[in-house]
Amino acid sequence: MTGKIVLGIESSCDETGVGVVRVDPAGELELLADEVASSVELHARFGGVVPEVASRAHLEAIVPTMRRALTAGGIELSDVDAIAVTCGPGLAGALLVGVAAAKAYAAALDVPLYGVNHLAGHVAADTLEHGRLPAQCLALLVSGGHSQLLRVDDLAGKITEIGSTIDDAAGEAYDKVARVLGLPYPGGPPIDKAARQGDPNAIAFPRGMTGPRDAKFDFSFSGLKTAVARWVEARERDGEPVPVNDVTASFQEAVADVLTAKAVRAAIELGIGTLVISGGVAANSRLSTLAGQRCAEAGIELRVPRPRLCTDNGAMIAAVGAHLVAAGVAPSSLDLSATPALPVHTVSV
Amino acid sequence: MLVLALDTATPSVTAGVVELAAGQPTVLAERGSVDARAHGELLTPYAREALAEAGTGMRELDALVCGIGPGPFTGLRAGMVTAAALGHALGLPVYPVCSLDAIAAGVPDPDPLLVVTDARRREVYWASYAAGARTGGPHVESPATLVARELGIGRAAGHGARLYAEALGFVEIPPAYPSPAGLVRAAGAPLAGGEPPGALTPLYLRRPDAAEPGTRKRVSQP
Ligand SMILES: [Zn+2]
Repeated sequence: MTGKIVLGIESSCDETGVGVVRVDPAGELELLADEVASSVELHARFGGVVPEVASRAHLEAIVPTMRRALTAGGIELSDVDAIAVTCGPGLAGALLVGVAAAKAYAAALDVPLYGVNHLAGHVAADTLEHGRLPAQCLALLVSGGHSQLLRVDDLAGKITEIGSTIDDAAGEAYDKVARVLGLPYPGGPPIDKAARQGDPNAIAFPRGMTGPRDAKFDFSFSGLKTAVARWVEARERDGEPVPVNDVTASFQEAVADVLTAKAVRAAIELGIGTLVISGGVAANSRLSTLAGQRCAEAGIELRVPRPRLCTDNGAMIAAVGAHLVAAGVAPSSLDLSATPALPVHTVSV
Repeated sequence: MLVLALDTATPSVTAGVVELAAGQPTVLAERGSVDARAHGELLTPYAREALAEAGTGMRELDALVCGIGPGPFTGLRAGMVTAAALGHALGLPVYPVCSLDAIAAGVPDPDPLLVVTDARRREVYWASYAAGARTGGPHVESPATLVARELGIGRAAGHGARLYAEALGFVEIPPAYPSPAGLVRAAGAPLAGGEPPGALTPLYLRRPDAAEPGTRKRVSQP
């Protein structure tokens, strides 16, 4: 068996993930296992992730998830050549569980440890499906926790944020709008489903941060969320039925419009020919359709990993680790700690 | 039998290598420091340093012992997940020990005593002991509630006894924190006899802070 086996551990939010990736001497990756234990159902009745509930679930899940990943990948712990772990950004208590576990595995197996950036993981997820990235690409990360535009020059070391949300993450806006409409948490799937039956042009919801004086590549979803709530409340006050399908379709259109318009504009202005969209919201049907149309018109290659790789998982962290191993980057120290506000330009610590 | 003992249920980060022979623990090397915010950072390096000082390594170990609290959640989990991962990676049993029991096991004489540790939020974790066995607890409550129980025990080990000395009024006795020898002693017969360990389940004693949302707040003025 040629190449090196890299194990990836993810625990930054509500998914406990362990992934196994093989990297060959040429730097090509092969996904061997991707196991996730989710605590999302434990948070549903609270309408959002409860950090302590997530941390408790990580402690329970981490060794069983590790065992499943090893079995699925057909490997033994003694086959592992390196361990990568999300050390930030994320929830402090949740991150700590994965980081402490990774350190213990690395010490017990006597293999190098790489503390890596979760956001780099979302970009690296695409290399597991579509192979190596071009020398330069743009990444749009959209999930319940992040909404960012990144310029990726080197997955093993050079990632630059060129825009981000100034308030809510896109996925957060989905959760809040779902709550306004009485739809379940998390809001993404039920809104996407209802929106397919609705008219995306029925209601003209605002496009945040698109004025002439607004930052070109930043996002804002707080105003949109409030506009939807006001619109729904006005209907309720007038005793009229709320057209859920049209509200969700129009809301979703506003989100997808702003995200894709800004991403394509950034790619054109920066002269970058490839756009990667990743994160939980990347699975949204309208976002991928609109991104596909606009990228095609602008002659930009669009890459979106399959939904399973878009949401938080350990394989994407193993992928970053594999790129670091391939690039010969020095591993982290065993006194590595979780860094909840790790900036995106720090790919590994 | 060579044992690695770990505990992060108190502000102390504790790791020690202990030789257990004929039921008697001998500490070969230990590392510890009182830094409640660095449990996750320091524990694995401490374990490696203690093993190196003892002239041994991870692969020579026969068993692990881990404090399972009660303790403030984040720090407690750092030790427990470290022990669980080491146990898995090395193929070793991990013996759970109530961290208060480990402190009590560091007190040499058998007279009744309390062990009191800091639970934050102006509360303490406590348990009572007599003749080397736990007689009450572990509980989490305010120092005043503990005093009002009138247990008739006048002395207390654990750093909580010092922290709330005024409110509790107990005679403080050492140790303040779990020690590797205390952890191994408290693991008792199952460890010494090589019996299968119990479940590695944390003693949180408190539910997570989480409120279910009430009725939705309106954003527009009525
Ligand atoms: Zn994420």
